[in-house]
Amino acid sequence: MTIELYRIDDRLIHGQVVVGWGQPLNIRFIVLVDDAVAASDWEQELYRMGVPPEMDIYFHTASDAVAAIPKYRSDPRRGILLTGDIATMRRLVDEAGVSAVNVGGIHSRPGRTQRLRYVFLSPDEESALRALSERGASVTAQDVPGARPVALADLLSGSAS
Amino acid sequence: MSSDATAPSAPRAIVAGHGDFAKGLVSAVEQITGRGAQLIPVSVHQLGVEDIENVLRARMLEAGVRVIFTDLQAGSCTMASRRILRDMSDAVLVAGTNLPTLLDFVFADGRSGPEAARHAADRGRAAITVHGAGA
Repeated sequence: MTIELYRIDDRLIHGQVVVGWGQPLNIRFIVLVDDAVAASDWEQELYRMGVPPEMDIYFHTASDAVAAIPKYRSDPRRGILLTGDIATMRRLVDEAGVSAVNVGGIHSRPGRTQRLRYVFLSPDEESALRALSERGASVTAQDVPGARPVALADLLSGSAS
Repeated sequence: MSSDATAPSAPRAIVAGHGDFAKGLVSAVEQITGRGAQLIPVSVHQLGVEDIENVLRARMLEAGVRVIFTDLQAGSCTMASRRILRDMSDAVLVAGTNLPTLLDFVFADGRSGPEAARHAADRGRAAITVHGAGA
């Protein structure tokens, strides 16, 4: 098995990830890549308590995730890798060869425009997503497995909303 | 009508979760007991983690309540509530809330909010039963 999903989701661990994707994909581990969480025992404990006992969770900074990803790709279990922002995922695309990126949730904030019910983007974030695509990654938006994946072009043109 | 049957209307707790979970449960509590006003339903559609925490914290402070009921252990509202509890030591969070939990809570007039929440959680846990097919 391998990492089944590389997901950008500013809520990190939450119901859609643990239950929505975790149950149907039989996910057994989550790799959470976030510099702030990786630096805080309290934050790690918070997220650890959010996952069911049959699911392991591993924490990495963006820097050490690059080196750790090959190990997770060869893990016999199925996993999900999460980042809370586009910039962190961009680093993994550039340095760890991530080839498919799921935009799972980037929520409302001043300066962002709504693109989907669960995706709000600033102009800089739109450029950052385009950059992921230009580097060869397939970028789609999809909050839950049963939803239709939305291609990046449709996401950014607003035709998917 | 005795005074015991009068429904207290002051808010005593926040209810928050996915979709219309909170609105639905509070509606059910109101329909069954007439005591739905004790519960403040909070919807967090389209909000990021920080905003969820800010909304929940603001509602708690506005209403002077120290009890939060959420739906799912892994849910964003539960995560945000646990952050709130970190600096609000007199507050209590109940995750995995069901309707029997809230029904018990709204009738716990003589208990403090946290005490009532713990009692309600026990009742909610015990209220789940399985029937049929040899169960």
